Amino acid sequence: MNNFKGVRWIAYLVFFFLFFPLVIVLVTSFGENSVIEFPISGFTFKWYENALTNDAFINSFLLSVQVSLIATLAALIIGIPAAYALTKYSFPGKTMMKDFFLSPTVIPGIVVGFSLFKFIVVQMQMDVLTGLYIGHFLISLPYVIRVVGSNLDQLDYSMEEAAWTLGATKIQTFFQIILPNIRNGIFASFMLAFINSFNNIPVSQFLSGPGVTLLPTQLMGYIEYNYDPTVSALSVMLMLLTIFLMFLIEKALGLSKIM
Amino acid sequence: MISQRKWWFVLPGTVLLLVFLILPLISILWPTFYDGQLTLSGYIDFFGDSFNRSVLWRTIRVSLLVTLLCILFGLPTSFYISRKSAKTKGILMALVLFPMLINSVVRSFSWINILGNNGIINNILVNLRIVDEPIQILYTEFSVIIGSMYLFLPLMITTLIGVLDNIPGELLEASSTLGATPSRAFKDVVIPLSVPGIIVGSILVFTGTLTAYTTPQMLGGNQRMMLSTLLYQNAMTLGNWQDAGIIALVMIAITYLVMQGLNYVAGRLDRRSGGA
Repeated sequence: MNNFKGVRWIAYLVFFFLFFPLVIVLVTSFGENSVIEFPISGFTFKWYENALTNDAFINSFLLSVQVSLIATLAALIIGIPAAYALTKYSFPGKTMMKDFFLSPTVIPGIVVGFSLFKFIVVQMQMDVLTGLYIGHFLISLPYVIRVVGSNLDQLDYSMEEAAWTLGATKIQTFFQIILPNIRNGIFASFMLAFINSFNNIPVSQFLSGPGVTLLPTQLMGYIEYNYDPTVSALSVMLMLLTIFLMFLIEKALGLSKIM
Repeated sequence: MISQRKWWFVLPGTVLLLVFLILPLISILWPTFYDGQLTLSGYIDFFGDSFNRSVLWRTIRVSLLVTLLCILFGLPTSFYISRKSAKTKGILMALVLFPMLINSVVRSFSWINILGNNGIINNILVNLRIVDEPIQILYTEFSVIIGSMYLFLPLMITTLIGVLDNIPGELLEASSTLGATPSRAFKDVVIPLSVPGIIVGSILVFTGTLTAYTTPQMLGGNQRMMLSTLLYQNAMTLGNWQDAGIIALVMIAITYLVMQGLNYVAGRLDRRSGGA
């Protein structure tokens, strides 16, 4: 292995490529100058204060968490029974059905966003917030189907029969035998779907209105007109949030499992 | 009884997908074919426009280049990670996953800091007096390629690791015992065995780059449009829903064709190697 010198150098280069831009963001978030500069002059926390006292950022962050949380939970409630049926039972057109449930991943996010905007907001005259919930539900559903589905694939269904024989009802069995046994998959799909939904731009971009803007859209709009270290500070805080979520995933089931 | 229940389990999801995914899709795609009668004139007009064609070619060109670059840099990196001990591998995987889980706005923003007119590269070039004034790097095809590669290289690496992990170390030892140099072993042993992973990774990277919105918007701007940014502009700025719908269909069609095509290639290779 040690002989693969070229391989090693490319790997070093790639890791540099992946982290250099993030390090720059980290460093510039502490610069005193009101334009982003590198190397920085002075050291200050004022951009963090700036980001944390900006109402638009705070409100859009809270809305982002709310939309992602509710949409992801809805995807779990709808997706888990579907994943269960698609794994356990055999019926004609099952593969097609599975593909159908995964189809939101095949259709580009920007197309999902546009079609929802036209259908929900323009044709149905519903508000953009409803559109946001629906859009984020759509992009979360495939994660549940895929991750929970692969978890169910490995499940020993004789446990279920044993529970039935011992007098448990079908509902009891589902909640007391099946769900606890796939909790890792449920948690992993929840985390993946939540992170993906929280970070989503293309779907959210079409579905924002006065007072209804998610954090990434807000941030993107801010960058268009401002070039100051507030964005760097906010980016660093988002990175810390990412590290925290990764830590949770690692604690619960190991990062390698989510791939 | 049981045969009844499975339908109840899939029904809510099916209804929601039909109402909120399929129906909205039809509502944007149908008008591109029908204006009182079935017609392709929208498509003829769209592709007759040289600007639209240039955006289409740019999108395909950029997606292709990004895919190739991701293979070129991703394969050695995945191989490097896959040969590490379990513990080191875990740490390196976490390092690869980390950028992948960060918001794409943050990722593009970090490249603005590097490629912009006041960015690091231009500061260095000006300070070293290599150039007199900042050169244009941002809002070029180059910056879109770098930004997209940054977005999708981790995806390629994590996809490839799954395949490379399954290459037994003995195989490499055997090849070196038989006199193969490391570069020969990499070329003749590692690369052929990682083809399935390369195909899956390429589908993800190519379709991802083709349909990404944030990065082309932030690093390419209106000067270097891609299909997704052109779709957004047509839909929200110009109110041209006809063209936005056409772009939507073109994106879906290319995505579908690339997936089917590469899956077909993968199937053929699979059969040739005896279904292994």
